[in-house]
Amino acid sequence: MNQPSPKSIPASAEASPLVQGYEVVIGFETHAQLQTNSKIFSRASTHFGAKPNTQACAVDLALPGALPVMNKRAVECAIRLGLALGSHVAHRSIFARKNYFYPDLPKGYQISQFEIPVVQGGEVSFFVGTTPKSVRLVRAHLEEDAGKSLHEDFVGMSGIDLNRAGTPLLEIVTEPDMRSSQEAVAYAKELHKIVTWIQVCDGNMQEGSFRCDANVSVRKPGAALGTRREIKNLNSFKFMQQAIDYEVRWQIEQLEDGKAIEQATVLFDPETGETRSMRTKEDAADYRYFPDPDLPPLVIEPEWIEEIRNSMPELPRAMAERFVSTYGLPDYDATTLTQSPQMANYFEATVKDCGQAKLASNWIMGELSRRLNEVSTDIDACPVSSHQLAELITNIANGEISNNSGKLLLDALWSDPKAQIKTLIETKGLKQVNDSAALEKLIDDVLAANADNVAQFKAGKEKAFNALIGQAMKASKGQANPQQLTELLKKKLS
Amino acid sequence: MSEIHNLSVADLTKALRTKSLGVEEVATHYLNRIKSENLGAFLSHDEELTIKAAQASQERINQNLAAPLEGVPIAHKDVFVTKDFPSTAGSKMLEGYRSSFDATVVSKFAQAGCISLGKLNCDEFAMGSSNENSAFGPALNPWDTGKVPGGSSGGSAAAVSARLTPAATGTDTGGSIRQPASFCGITGIKPTYGRASRYGMIAYASSLDQAGPMAKDAMDCALLLSAMCGPDLDRDSTSLDFPAEDFTKQLGQSIKGLKIGLPKEFFGDGLDHEVKSAIEQAQSVLKDLGASFVPISLPKTELSIPVYYIIAPAEASSNLSRFDGVRYGHRAKEYTDLMQMYKKSRAEGFGAEVKKRIMTGAYVLSHGYYDAYYLQAQKIRRMIAEDFKEAFTQCDLILGPVAPSTAWGIGEKTADPLSSYLADIFTLPASLAGLPAMSVPCGMSQTVKPLPIGMQLIGNYVQESKLLNVAHQYQLQTQWHTMSPADSNGLWGETK
Repeated sequence: MNQPSPKSIPASAEASPLVQGYEVVIGFETHAQLQTNSKIFSRASTHFGAKPNTQACAVDLALPGALPVMNKRAVECAIRLGLALGSHVAHRSIFARKNYFYPDLPKGYQISQFEIPVVQGGEVSFFVGTTPKSVRLVRAHLEEDAGKSLHEDFVGMSGIDLNRAGTPLLEIVTEPDMRSSQEAVAYAKELHKIVTWIQVCDGNMQEGSFRCDANVSVRKPGAALGTRREIKNLNSFKFMQQAIDYEVRWQIEQLEDGKAIEQATVLFDPETGETRSMRTKEDAADYRYFPDPDLPPLVIEPEWIEEIRNSMPELPRAMAERFVSTYGLPDYDATTLTQSPQMANYFEATVKDCGQAKLASNWIMGELSRRLNEVSTDIDACPVSSHQLAELITNIANGEISNNSGKLLLDALWSDPKAQIKTLIETKGLKQVNDSAALEKLIDDVLAANADNVAQFKAGKEKAFNALIGQAMKASKGQANPQQLTELLKKKLS
Repeated sequence: MSEIHNLSVADLTKALRTKSLGVEEVATHYLNRIKSENLGAFLSHDEELTIKAAQASQERINQNLAAPLEGVPIAHKDVFVTKDFPSTAGSKMLEGYRSSFDATVVSKFAQAGCISLGKLNCDEFAMGSSNENSAFGPALNPWDTGKVPGGSSGGSAAAVSARLTPAATGTDTGGSIRQPASFCGITGIKPTYGRASRYGMIAYASSLDQAGPMAKDAMDCALLLSAMCGPDLDRDSTSLDFPAEDFTKQLGQSIKGLKIGLPKEFFGDGLDHEVKSAIEQAQSVLKDLGASFVPISLPKTELSIPVYYIIAPAEASSNLSRFDGVRYGHRAKEYTDLMQMYKKSRAEGFGAEVKKRIMTGAYVLSHGYYDAYYLQAQKIRRMIAEDFKEAFTQCDLILGPVAPSTAWGIGEKTADPLSSYLADIFTLPASLAGLPAMSVPCGMSQTVKPLPIGMQLIGNYVQESKLLNVAHQYQLQTQWHTMSPADSNGLWGETK
């Protein structure tokens, strides 16, 4: 097993932000629910939201005589993650039983991986603001989820829903490499991006498809690691940051009061914004792990790994680097456009049509994203297609319409996606005036009407020039080609 | 023709196929014997159901759609789950439990045309070697009802021996087919681990549990084994990916030149002299058939006892966790909280031997003891398999006793469970190595009420055919397998 050796834990780097003189140390355990049609060891459906206990077969119910059979797709997901994170995919890994009694754990044990996990090592790299950061992984192992206990709906009793029992999970465990709640959240967001990008997890945090536990401790710089407390089930990035910040303050307060931190598992309560202890180390159960005799070792042949490697999509980091080198985009643009494969694809499709990478980037990150956010819509469901956006951009690039007219055009397309751009430009009168004669006439009128400004300009006041441009643009109802207008005005005044 | 219940599976199949006997007639004959039985062999039967199945089977014969074992009655050890009968595993925990599905082995026999007569008694969750650990009372040895039939497949052995069924399924974890077969004078084989699917077998020790047939002779076992084996990879991950075969095919072969190994550890001081001499007599029969004998050694034989009694309870402690009173099975009537519900339900539902093994198993897996017990046992288990590998470089198969003695008295070892653990010494090694092994009747004790003696044949992996052929050749020369206990006490089988 890959245990973090003290040496491998980075010494408190200068860059680590201290909180009241303490260094924060955070490690993550994330449960990613795998995108499979059926459960990890049975053929029952994993579809979310079915009526209680309608998606639990003999294996999930742990009926006498039922046996587990490995779902190949779940293993494929593990391999994909391993490849995406530069991990070692074990040729041979072992399923073990974690024994404990609980009503929503039908077999009385959870099938997990203990000593030899399928994914070993690897790292997640990302930016915290503009600072690059890398978090090392210890492992990722396959395991089954438990069912759910429902305490609310039954007076004096608990209900058990076993639909979730046997749902495949990958538990992704990091080294304690994060040094602030910002880094922790950035890590979680990056991991979330990767698992959804490579389609091993739908990333739905509300439905529990991506659940994070944070191990948090604090120490004086240079000191040995402090005692950690584990915050369970952080199911939104917002709560994650709040919970860690609260936990850090609480731990520092304890230490400053001369109290010791006791190893514990805590829950974050979004209502109070506080963490509270669920159980301490003394309550820790002896899980009596041992290799599951119902499942032979999981053997993954190198050919299978290669097959999957060849089917992997370009990963977000590589894609962002390519956007910089191929399209000359700034890092910020490239990172933003690779938040999801859908956005990246939309961008590339737009560029393919119009050849204007920076303009496409600006429009997608700006006007398009703003409108999508307003109506909480994914770019997949954007009413304006990449072809339409490309056509719009082309019209701006060749001076057919102005940038401002482009925004009006986008609005018009948004409400009527079937409309022809050409027709819209005509009917809405968005066409830019590029006709020199017409513009000259217009400028002559403006100069005649604003003699004082002309005088000021000639007296050396540069500002007066801008006022004249403004007047001319106004007279053209915004349709004058600004570049042409500036040049003509300069000529007239010289 | 001899009485129906003295016909072998092979004879029955022919008689039914040629319609010299009717399926319902045969089924009724057995049901009548079962109804009058007082041996505790059956835990459940259902006349209406069996007759209905018999009629459907007859219909298939009439339409020339007969499956290989069409119309042959069979009864299943109660650790196989069945839709048609309760499945209790001999435990109060599962009293009245009905499975929503059939075990693979059960469906395979149904597909082969067999008619189910009901379910057979066994030690609770197959833990025991006397059938005294059944929550529903012991099964008795038909040769002497004061003796145990062996276990854990005691009901299966007693039922075949008393001619209450021509065929039965058993399961063998550490000898649970072979030892009761030996005690009751019938033939039984535990195939290579993984040959028969474990799906639907209520698990005791998953890495050891293996289903097998129990019948009058080797030919019948070969017929039955052919029906029950084969890969079941969609339902049992430990199922061997090895094609099903017709195990009767090799039964005509001469055993001339066969080299049989005699492990010196199997013939030591602890062996009852009557058992020893019966084996020696069997050797001379085999010698006359052209086999030769070589002395071999299985040096870890003695260690197989502690190894087995660590690994099997470890797996059992986890396998039996599902019996928690939450979803099915026994739940205590009164409890104040969840923990008490668990504790009371399990305390009431499990018998003493099961509790003992759960506790032993939990102990050897617990933090701080795992390495010293469980891990160590696994290492020695591999060494035991290595011993066999070495032995099979010197011989084709291994011969020895099944048990150190004949059947013991009911209650005789209750006070001293260790002595019954020690009696497993000759069957445990093959179980731990996952090898096929069988029990063949080879003599009777000289006691007032004679008791059967069995010899054990152990083969290399997937060499069931070889074992069955040697047993068959032996049985062509001997009569031990044809003997059946006389019902002088009127305890079973009164046919009107």
